[in-house]
Amino acid sequence: MDITNEEYMEGPVEKTTTGKPVREKSEIQKAVDAKHAGRKLTEAVLFTLFRIAAAICGLALLIIVFFMVKNGWSAITWEFLTEVPRDSMTKGGILPCIVGTIALSFGAILIALPIGVASAIYLNEYAKPGRILRIIRLSINNLAGVPSVVFGLFGLAFFVIYLDMGVSLAAGALTLGAISLPVIIGATEEALKSVPDTYREASLGLGATKWQTIYRVVLPAALPGVLTGSILGISRAAGETAPIMFTAAVFYTPDLPSSVFDEIMALPYHIYVLATAGTYITETRPLQYGTALVLITLVLGMNLIAIIWRGRLRRKLNK
Amino acid sequence: MANKRNTTEKTMQAIFFSVATASIAILFMIMLFLFMEGLPIFKEVSVSDFLFGKYWYPTSDPADFGIFPLIIASLAVTALASAIAIPLGVMTAVYLAELASRRVAEIVKPLVELLAALPSVVIGFFGMVIVAPFLQDVFNLPTGLNMFNAALMLAFMSIPTITSISEDAIYSVPTALKEGSMALGATHWETLLRVILPASISGIATAVILGMSRAIGETMVVLMVAGGATMIPGSIFDPVRPMPASIAAEMAEAPFRGDHYYALFATGIVLFLFTLLFNIIADQIAHRYRQVGEASL
Repeated sequence: MDITNEEYMEGPVEKTTTGKPVREKSEIQKAVDAKHAGRKLTEAVLFTLFRIAAAICGLALLIIVFFMVKNGWSAITWEFLTEVPRDSMTKGGILPCIVGTIALSFGAILIALPIGVASAIYLNEYAKPGRILRIIRLSINNLAGVPSVVFGLFGLAFFVIYLDMGVSLAAGALTLGAISLPVIIGATEEALKSVPDTYREASLGLGATKWQTIYRVVLPAALPGVLTGSILGISRAAGETAPIMFTAAVFYTPDLPSSVFDEIMALPYHIYVLATAGTYITETRPLQYGTALVLITLVLGMNLIAIIWRGRLRRKLNK
Repeated sequence: MANKRNTTEKTMQAIFFSVATASIAILFMIMLFLFMEGLPIFKEVSVSDFLFGKYWYPTSDPADFGIFPLIIASLAVTALASAIAIPLGVMTAVYLAELASRRVAEIVKPLVELLAALPSVVIGFFGMVIVAPFLQDVFNLPTGLNMFNAALMLAFMSIPTITSISEDAIYSVPTALKEGSMALGATHWETLLRVILPASISGIATAVILGMSRAIGETMVVLMVAGGATMIPGSIFDPVRPMPASIAAEMAEAPFRGDHYYALFATGIVLFLFTLLFNIIADQIAHRYRQVGEASL
């Protein structure tokens, strides 16, 4: 073709009616544009996939909650929440389970909170980087990763048998306390880290000792964060099933616990037993859904409070 | 006065230090009691017969204590769950860190976080009463309680772990790297693939391993949904019995300090060692390849 080198690179010049020269797109520019359009298309397709993946993960929770509410709603009556089970657990309520679960999770937090907060204070305020710190952190991470059924075995061997507590509220609460310890430590550390160093420096500068600074300045400032962590710890303990199977929960006991060495009923174990081991698995399905609904309301409610509270705290600190 | 203050200081530090070692103590006690109650089984069967024996008939006479099918079931369910959870979890993390508007992210993020809070027994129950009949109809199976169902439920339990840790890793990639790539003419996707993901790969790897560790140790879901058959699975729709399910289901019937009881504790040791291994690998990756600023890239 009869084109100049300049025309090939820059595109042919066309005279327009106004007399101003306008260049058409060159071959190279067209190729670049086509390639760019291709790259943009790849991007659009892939980003759509990412959006779909996120939608699936977000919807998963809603779908599960939807089915529990839809099928469990009709089971929730005043009697269901306030009566004991009757007729081999095919009728009546789940009061002993609710009381048992609340007792277990508060017992667990009573044990885990002081140990967890003190551990976090050591890690964040006292510890210097080094081998000991590394070992403590590794232990906490590993403790968080121990399977819940292994905690159950440990609770059985140590609390139930070795310390002779028997299958009891105390043994279950201690086992759950060990499980929620890493949760509490993590949340407390985050809360302590969010306290600005200027607070500590001001207090130390006024002549306070380290402990006085921690006790009077750092802890009060971190308190809301610590409370958020405890709520998360309680909710974790309330939902666990495997650790209490061998240590605390029983199939059926009509009495509410009167001492910490009593066996108890608990919501998660009740769901498991009714759904898999009962003689009336299909007949008690509404009761199973109802119990599941009560449990997720309890657990998700606590988590929602903690998440909203934490969001507010973060915004306040960022101001 | 100064002396007294000093003493208090020293005492408090000592107290906090000793409490902080509680986690080490608990971990140690868990190992101690697992071994104390689990090791006696090896007087009856050899370690290799226990680990690689193909038959688990703990109640027959003479009893067979081979946990090979249980180990394979655990590994298979975890692998299948990871195959579902890793793409979904990492893609969600990328979406949250890079693509989502603030408003959407503020809705999706709590939803994924709350998924982690859902009690495992509820997820197991959901798999049993909703997903199992559905699978049975759609794929025309003899039972909906099988490896695939369990893996699906486990995937949704490990997604929150994978997503939140990956998101942190992606989020902490220095903006300068991203801007540099975009300024050179790369599209957002190319920047993501060639710059952001390689820079955050150690965080994502940690996330994946912790997610797998959660899946292999999860009990209620596999107990209620996996089907419970002690066999080496031939297809993803076969019922299986992973280690945690076996422990949870049989402990109540096992005679106290009998062979079966010891064997279940020994299974607990194997399970514990698996998760310990996962966690140590995750910890090593997180420490060795920790990204500190742009300089180390």
